[in-house]
Amino acid sequence: MKIKLLGLALLWCASTLVAQDYFPENDGVKSKNNNYTAFTNAKIFVTPTQIIEKGTLLIQNGKVKQVGASVTLPKNTVVIDVTGQSIYPSFIDIYSKFGVEQAKRAPGRGRASQYDASRDGFYWNDHVMPENNAISKFKYDDKKAKTLRDAGFGVVNSHIHDGIVRGTGVLVALNSTGNDGNRILDDQSAQYLSFSRSVAKRQSYPTSLMGSMALLRQMYTDAKWYAAGNSSTKDRSLEALNKNKNLVQIFEAKDKGHALRADKIGDANGIQYTILGGGDEYERIEEIKGTGASFILPINFPETYDVSNPYAANMIALKDMRHWNQAPSNPKVLADNNIRFSLTTYDLKSPAKFKEKLMKAIQYGLSKTKALEALTLAPAAILGKTNRIGSLQAGREANFLITSGDIFEKGTILYENWVQGSKNNINDRNLKDIRGTYDLEAGGLTYSMSITGEAGKPKIAIKQDTNKLKSKITYANNWLTISFNDTEQKSYRLTGLVSKDTDNFKGRLLLPSGKEKTFSAMKTSGFSKDKKEGKKGNSVPEMVGVTYPNVGFGYANKPKPETILFKNATVWTSEADGILQNTDVLLKDGKIAKIGIALKAGKAKVIDATGKHLTAGIIDEHTHIAALAINEAGHNSTAEVKMEDVVDNEDINIYRQLAGGVTSAQLLHGSANPIGGRSAILKLKWGESPEKMIYTNSPKFIKFALGENVKQSNWQSFSRFPQTRMGVEQVFMNYFQRAKEYDIKKNSGQAYRYDEEMEVLAEIINGERFISCHSYVQSEINMMMKVAEKFNFRVNTFTHILEGYKVADKMAKHGVGAGTFSDWWAYKYEVNDAIPYNAAIMQKQGVIVAINSDDGEMARRLNQEAAKTVKYGGMTALEAWKMVTINPAKLLHIDKRVGSIKVGKDADVVLWSDHPLSVYAKAEKTIIEGATYFDMETDQQQRTAVSQERNKLIHMMLKEKAGGGKTQAPKMSKKEQMTCETL
Amino acid sequence: MKKQRNILIVLLLTLVSTSWGQQTPASVQKEAITITGVTAHIGDGTVVENCTIVFENGKITALGQGETTKGTVIAANGKHVYPGFIAPVKELGLIEVNAVRASNDSDEIGEMIPHVRSLVAYNAESKVVESMRPNGVLLGQITPKGGRISGTSSIVQFDAWNWEDAAVKVDDGIHLHWPNSFRRGRWWLGEPRGLKPNKDYQKQVDKVSEFLTSAAAYGNGKGTSLNPAFKAMQGVFQGTQKLYIYADGEKEIIDAISGAKNSGVSDIVLVGGYHAYKITDFLKENNVPVLVQYTHNLPSLADDDYDLPYKLPKLLMDAGVLVALQNNDASNFQTRNLPFYAGQVVGQGMDKEKALQMITGNTAKILGIDATYGTLAVGKSATLFISEGDALDMRTNQLTHAFIDGRNVSLETHQTELWKRYLGKYEGK
Repeated sequence: MKIKLLGLALLWCASTLVAQDYFPENDGVKSKNNNYTAFTNAKIFVTPTQIIEKGTLLIQNGKVKQVGASVTLPKNTVVIDVTGQSIYPSFIDIYSKFGVEQAKRAPGRGRASQYDASRDGFYWNDHVMPENNAISKFKYDDKKAKTLRDAGFGVVNSHIHDGIVRGTGVLVALNSTGNDGNRILDDQSAQYLSFSRSVAKRQSYPTSLMGSMALLRQMYTDAKWYAAGNSSTKDRSLEALNKNKNLVQIFEAKDKGHALRADKIGDANGIQYTILGGGDEYERIEEIKGTGASFILPINFPETYDVSNPYAANMIALKDMRHWNQAPSNPKVLADNNIRFSLTTYDLKSPAKFKEKLMKAIQYGLSKTKALEALTLAPAAILGKTNRIGSLQAGREANFLITSGDIFEKGTILYENWVQGSKNNINDRNLKDIRGTYDLEAGGLTYSMSITGEAGKPKIAIKQDTNKLKSKITYANNWLTISFNDTEQKSYRLTGLVSKDTDNFKGRLLLPSGKEKTFSAMKTSGFSKDKKEGKKGNSVPEMVGVTYPNVGFGYANKPKPETILFKNATVWTSEADGILQNTDVLLKDGKIAKIGIALKAGKAKVIDATGKHLTAGIIDEHTHIAALAINEAGHNSTAEVKMEDVVDNEDINIYRQLAGGVTSAQLLHGSANPIGGRSAILKLKWGESPEKMIYTNSPKFIKFALGENVKQSNWQSFSRFPQTRMGVEQVFMNYFQRAKEYDIKKNSGQAYRYDEEMEVLAEIINGERFISCHSYVQSEINMMMKVAEKFNFRVNTFTHILEGYKVADKMAKHGVGAGTFSDWWAYKYEVNDAIPYNAAIMQKQGVIVAINSDDGEMARRLNQEAAKTVKYGGMTALEAWKMVTINPAKLLHIDKRVGSIKVGKDADVVLWSDHPLSVYAKAEKTIIEGATYFDMETDQQQRTAVSQERNKLIHMMLKEKAGGGKTQAPKMSKKEQMTCETL
Repeated sequence: MKKQRNILIVLLLTLVSTSWGQQTPASVQKEAITITGVTAHIGDGTVVENCTIVFENGKITALGQGETTKGTVIAANGKHVYPGFIAPVKELGLIEVNAVRASNDSDEIGEMIPHVRSLVAYNAESKVVESMRPNGVLLGQITPKGGRISGTSSIVQFDAWNWEDAAVKVDDGIHLHWPNSFRRGRWWLGEPRGLKPNKDYQKQVDKVSEFLTSAAAYGNGKGTSLNPAFKAMQGVFQGTQKLYIYADGEKEIIDAISGAKNSGVSDIVLVGGYHAYKITDFLKENNVPVLVQYTHNLPSLADDDYDLPYKLPKLLMDAGVLVALQNNDASNFQTRNLPFYAGQVVGQGMDKEKALQMITGNTAKILGIDATYGTLAVGKSATLFISEGDALDMRTNQLTHAFIDGRNVSLETHQTELWKRYLGKYEGK
């Protein structure tokens, strides 16, 4: 009998070492094993939906031969009866680092930047590496393979997780008995991309998300241009990119917004990316669905925050508490929306955590069928490999799991994980479950013994009457060994083989004296699971609602336009009619419909504005809120980047600025380089998506910058041109000249290489795009105007422009406007001569002047900043008010739509408690296109709601901790307050 | 008739001083000056309408309705008089231009350096300092920055030839920046940018306590060799200097005040106090006043009320805590906006005169200069100004005169000079 078993085992080994037919053999004679193996009487999940209750799985040579309820077994079949057990296709993880040597972080070199590429014969940017192949860095990792198999995985797709374009992946079966010859299923399995720079490369560009996006766009057009044979030099990156074109393209987004960003780039280039998600897709599920992409979802749901210290608990934002509460529902939400997704162990500390997290997703409503699909069929389908993996249909790799039952139940034991027909033991399938309570007879005494814990790793407690005795148990291969000390601390040792046929067992007993006797154990009752546990497992935990945006002070419903009638207000029109007393204003269909005396209300919501002031919404010509990045500092010209790509609609500063009466703002690129990026002109519609916040048919703007920042004067950097104001001029002259030549060539019909940066600069020369130029001292202001005049366009706006008062006459002549600070100065050398009278002087010389913020705090009281022009320079209240309404609207070319209270304009208005220029005034209502985005009364309710919800979630977390849940330390995810100089 | 002539003289004087520019400090008050017909905002919460104020030799000698005029008379009917505003915990005169390292003398190296004194580095001729005066900010506490104990501050007035002349109270206090129980993620090493628990907090607190204990013990000993840091601390144990402790969190505030008290520090002032409104009873029990952060700030936590920084001073004052405003973490030039920080609290429902106290009377009390400065009262220094209107509102904060210790100081600055020069350019003057 025993010899037969051994023989079987040897056969198994042989069958898995599938030697290639054509390889010579010198360590013996060539022999083949073409035996079949059949697993009978199993519940077989051929696919998530094709389930055979009692069937047979027949495999041969590492492949599934046949599966069905009744399968005729060939004669040379080894039959394994798995009655009562289940067979599943093993899991697939297509976002793995398995076996592939990862990139190492390049040592820092302080602030000395490297601007040029470090490679020859490749793309100009080091972070683009489509020529990388994971297979060249692959070494099968036996140890990791085991941890993955133990978690149920049979196949993984691995790649080099580094850079913006990362090259191809390698699809590997976790077959530790085979060799790379059979376990590598595909060495060009997919191409991987991301927005993240290579950690191994030091080339500066791109320093920002928007830079990464621009780089990808340019790269794709360059690849086409290269493919058409236009390049005179060899570029192995572009060649590889073109070669990889037909592979599955997998994009590491790790964030709902990034997923949408990536998808947009894909759409523009005819590519549908598969996207590695961030686990927060549920927050913007409609748009996520709209991508049409398949997702790979990490399930590293946040651990419970340790909120036992109330001070520390204060630091955690509601947004993060909510994510803890809502994130486990993410897979369910995607399933409910029919979005195809697979699951990954990515970002988990260890694959061993996978099941716990997966169970959580199921507890939060993910169906078991979907869960199985996400681990088998879906990843196989994403890679286009369903004919080889992902199911147990005939012809597939024999990759399957044998379990004690439903694999998605907590107590279920995973016995074996077969990969390519090779068995891997995880838990002994034949091990008898001995858990229960027993009467133990040993040495003439009776003890009560209870065995609990996991079936394969039991725990023991032995009692003599009421005395608990110190005891130990080990149990393997059905051999049981127990030792215990009696009340006198004398030790007894027992060992015996557990029989399959009876619940009782007996065996050898060694008494303290050394005498050998026998013992017996009679089962008195079976094992029952903890009652508490059973209860906890089934109910869906309470979830708080998602808001727009899904952060504190987000709205449960997005604000909608209403018909509103303001009665009896003091109306500041910002038009020629100035201030109208006791006037009514009707807002309808998002527009200002009527202005007059005693207007009829009709169905409008009437707001008594007696004693209050109604103005147009404040417009901030220069903001850096609501952005994920400000500067692309990698080049001295970055016209190719767009702030519209990086709008952050969840920034709480949007709400705070609404509370200060701001309705529109120009989100500008920073001032790290002479030619910066393109602007996003926004309406501060709190709760809407970035796309809906951006003006429709938005005027085109770009940020330019002069002076200390672009010279990098205030930090240790001496390598980038320009280092002087002389150099700044040359940068502009050079770029505009090139853009002019580019445009001429393009319009001539000649073949040209599409260059996004040149396209944008040509727009400026052609008067289609406007410059907002960061500027301080008079010399550079004058220079910039002269450069523009040489190329026959005019500068639209000088922003900051603190020495504008010195050249106001020249500015008026050139026709440039000014967006300035009210009273800032002395923070750097170039603002030594800045004066608060600047706005008044420029205005008097005929320059259109706006007061702007460049500061998230100041922006929420721009009304007060405008009031300072009354103090400094004696502006009238009316003129002062225009500086934050119609004047910035003019500068931004949106004055036909906003900036004043005029019939037909957008209903962007603010109701103030007092004279709007008074330090005592508060914005009571801020309305954009007829929808109320801020209301002081609603705000009060929101405060209560925020604090109640925090309290509720804190109590849920405390309960989770008390119940033994894992916790993480509190943290405060803080968004940086950004300015021009934020890198 | 005589009165009219005097007015004429004053007017002439004003004109002349305008053309002098400001760089020249005003000379000592020689003749009595009377201001008539003003609304006098006393700085203690009260107002005297139609008030006459007389000052001689730098001191107020009469204040009230119908007081007899004396000397030069300034008829300021309908205008407002305020005590000079006081800016605590500032680096004015220590930094001229933030980005120019050579002009920065605010932060000496070392963690515990109470012996480092701000006064000797104070630039009385700073262009930024002079720009305070046209907005009514006439006094300041010049304070070193950085490290755990940054050094010793001094209080100065803003119209002087040099630091010695400027000094109002020399070496008035020591400035201790309490450790924070949360610390910022080191993003350059790939950590998230937000805050996380500071594991070293207790260690850092112990280090402060040890220093305070050692410094106190040093003071009791005799004949030990000189330890400049310990020696510099003696005033806070003897009650001659105040200890300014910078802390914002509840835990930090409680730890800081309890710790300092246990070490024998008698006069403690809390600076910052973002969460102080939650523990006002504790502050009152310990008799600790607060130099609260200025109102033109963003909330620190995402879920805070948008207007928490606006109403924070009110929350403290309503609870009975002695409060004044400071803007220590703002750029120096911003300090001229001190009155508007106070105005912002009025928008939150605070009485205007109470708001004014937070930059005048209360500040003087907290800094320990209230015997001379901070309010308008007979016997106190004539450090005051006349404004066309409400000085807490941007539109009406329009100064016609400012006096420091009775000296008629210039309201001209580098900035007004440039303004006038370029008005001249365009208007052909």
